[in-house]
Amino acid sequence: MRLVGTSAPRAEGEAKLTGRARYVDDLPLTDFLWGLTVRSTIPYGRILSVDFDAGADWSGVTIVTAKDVPGKNVVVLLEQDQPILAADRVMHREEPIVLLAHRDRDRLWELASRVRIEYERWEPVLDIDASLALEQRLFKDDNVFKAIRIDKGDVEAAFARAARVFERTYETGLQEQAYIENQGMVATWDAAAGRLEVVGSMQCPYYVLKGLCPIMGLAPEKVVVEQAATGGAFGGKEDYPTILAAHASLLSYKSGKTVKMIYDRVEDLVATTKRHPCRTRIRTALDASGSILAMDVDATMDGGAYCTLSPVVLSRGTIHAGGPYNFENIRVESRVVATNTPPNGAFRGFGAPQTIFAMERHMDNLARELGRAPHELREEYLLRPGQTTAFSQNVGDDVYALDIQREAVARTRFEERRRECEEFNRSSRWERRGIGLATFLHGAGFTGNGEVVLDSRLKVDVTADGFVQIYSANTEMGQGKDTTFSQIAADSMGLPMARVRIITPNTARVPNSGPTVASRTAMVVGYLVQEACGAVRKALEAHAGRTWRDPDDFASLAAAHHRERGALEGWSRYEPPPGKVWDDKVYRGAAYGAYAWACYVAAVRVRLDTLEVTVESFDAFQEVGRVLNPVIAEGQIEGGVVQGIGYALCEEVKMRDGVMANANFTNYIIPTFADVPEVKVHFAERPYPFGPFGAKGIGELPMDGPGPALASALTHALGVEVNRIPATPEHLLELLGNE
Amino acid sequence: MSEEGELTTIRCTIDGSPHEHRCHPLTSALDFLRYVAGLTATKEGCKEGECGACAITLDGVVVNSCVVPAAHLQGRRVGTVLGLSRPDELSALQKAFLECGGAQCGICTPGMLVTGARLLEEGERLTEARIREHMAGNLCRCTGYGKIVESLLRASEEER
Repeated sequence: MRLVGTSAPRAEGEAKLTGRARYVDDLPLTDFLWGLTVRSTIPYGRILSVDFDAGADWSGVTIVTAKDVPGKNVVVLLEQDQPILAADRVMHREEPIVLLAHRDRDRLWELASRVRIEYERWEPVLDIDASLALEQRLFKDDNVFKAIRIDKGDVEAAFARAARVFERTYETGLQEQAYIENQGMVATWDAAAGRLEVVGSMQCPYYVLKGLCPIMGLAPEKVVVEQAATGGAFGGKEDYPTILAAHASLLSYKSGKTVKMIYDRVEDLVATTKRHPCRTRIRTALDASGSILAMDVDATMDGGAYCTLSPVVLSRGTIHAGGPYNFENIRVESRVVATNTPPNGAFRGFGAPQTIFAMERHMDNLARELGRAPHELREEYLLRPGQTTAFSQNVGDDVYALDIQREAVARTRFEERRRECEEFNRSSRWERRGIGLATFLHGAGFTGNGEVVLDSRLKVDVTADGFVQIYSANTEMGQGKDTTFSQIAADSMGLPMARVRIITPNTARVPNSGPTVASRTAMVVGYLVQEACGAVRKALEAHAGRTWRDPDDFASLAAAHHRERGALEGWSRYEPPPGKVWDDKVYRGAAYGAYAWACYVAAVRVRLDTLEVTVESFDAFQEVGRVLNPVIAEGQIEGGVVQGIGYALCEEVKMRDGVMANANFTNYIIPTFADVPEVKVHFAERPYPFGPFGAKGIGELPMDGPGPALASALTHALGVEVNRIPATPEHLLELLGNE
Repeated sequence: MSEEGELTTIRCTIDGSPHEHRCHPLTSALDFLRYVAGLTATKEGCKEGECGACAITLDGVVVNSCVVPAAHLQGRRVGTVLGLSRPDELSALQKAFLECGGAQCGICTPGMLVTGARLLEEGERLTEARIREHMAGNLCRCTGYGKIVESLLRASEEER
């Protein structure tokens, strides 16, 4: 092993650094039309009429409405409740109703304002409470897209014998992925061949393919989807690209031309998915000595107007709600409900940051209530080997919660700095300081039996001139997958990275190795890379009767194989790790193949006059199996932590009448260089036997910790419980005003 | 916007090469570069001057090209990421980005490099604080900024 574990430079780095990388809006196109979407201006109601202003010049304009959908007007995902274009009623603001295409982009903008849509307005349901009160029935009988219950032990009996009950409610807001490259797609319908080609910014080419077929009424072999260089995604390009691809395809189908649709920032912010807002109430039964007898967790998420991925977001959120703790008795009840707001969807962490925020804040508040230090109370309940999670998974030896917290507490001098802050706060008139932590786990890969259902496959082949090529549907979106896959393949083959090529994810050329989501790519698919390479290696060695000495020798053996036996390729297919069983009916068992374990420590300084918060330090400790590439792994953690700092402190989506009111980067504030400290990243490594060279997934992990760690630090600084994020200065003022 | 009579001819140099294109004078400099001159290396992020993805230099001064009208390019020197490296060799800053992990998804990278290269040209010994202040107009959603700071520090050391 020579490359895994080293900071090999990013495989596609040079193309990105020289401006040569082609993102969707950079693709050279000749003879194409621009596409534009006309959207609803009300949150809920019936469409009475759609008219095209007779005074405008509509020549050369392609117009598509629901009537033009050649297949079924439905976005097939978990449910089939969402139309690709609203036909008779609208369920949320900015719902697509009409599509326009024209050669001149500026004229399109003018024409969009000449489409007149008349509505009968209905009273919208805009928040969780109105939805649960059934003010309108938006989804089935109860407005609930999905409800889940987890039970361990006997919660009722524990509450019956409790000396007291400690209860709090926690809230997390909407968050925008804010990838810097807006969504974009190019579609070309070839009428003569009856074939559709789509290229664009996306995480999951096979999701787009699966979504397009029913809408376009095409068989899968008539549709090709390819990923262009993708400028960030964070979950935001998991499900939404299907919709944009379908819109561009519908316009291309009708016009017979290539159609390009690129959202601008405002459209991307108002129309595409965001992180689900969540409200979690936790009740704790305590005995007379302050020991925890039981936890009763109740979480509700706002799914928006259509189901989309909400049930699986809720699933991950529910499973992570119990944190890295061994509670003898715990119940988690959760639900995700419908409202007349744009559908919420995937965002790094996928439900876990919301519930982990609640549990970590609650452990902190409990410690405060009991007069104990936050890390001390946690220590008592952190999972030990052989103990079980809230969803009754015996973690066996794969548990590192206590070790990682102890390491974090020791190396950040947590206790000493807590005292220093308290001393400072006694003497300072204008400022307050605080330090806090959060301890958590994050499961990698699809939840429950999800990986089995995905049934991922991957192919590797060797060219006659001795290059190893990886065929996978997994996408590079900044996370470094092209590099880590190349490292894994190179080491598996005993070759330098320059001998490995990544085949562009294109559904006509690569097998379905599953979506690029859920912290699964490096761990689950990386393992498939290693296995497929193993198969190729074995075949070539068997044919040659020996192994190779160096890359040139490898090339000559590969050439001989091509001459004598033909092409040389190897396949791999996902198999669940042995002994991992999940029961979806009762939500018990091995929810994930592996967990990463983490403890994040944050220190803040707050100005009392403006309530401006400065993050003074941030330390992220995590156990991740094995680090494939230190620079890339650190980059994932640092970037996720800064997104988490934004989630905790400044990223506030202001909804007004069902639409984002601050839909631009002037008013939706993501952290800048000047807003964050150096994020210090510390890895502990304990190889995971079913990850490539021992690696676990880490993509989502860093999103979980900053919210609760910063709220903990703010609570320590200000002496008031901070139980809602984003903790903007306005929110802190409310809290302090109440004291 | 596209009426023929309103078009004007813009003459400027882009990364040292003379360019002459006809466009509407209020076309943004960004759209002029990308869609008129066909130089797509400069990226669009927000179109309101907030994110810095479209940063270019105009006679050596960093500007957000999305909020500068093309007419302002008349007779001036435009610098983009394409002018930072020779055909077969990355600049010290680009090499540092590659080694330190300063680029992830890459969409903010052209703007980061243009803004960062201007800072390096000032020739002073860079500190983390100076970098964070100078670069605060360039948003990145992937890196959390630390690796970009490190890239600039390394390039600054290399150049001295």
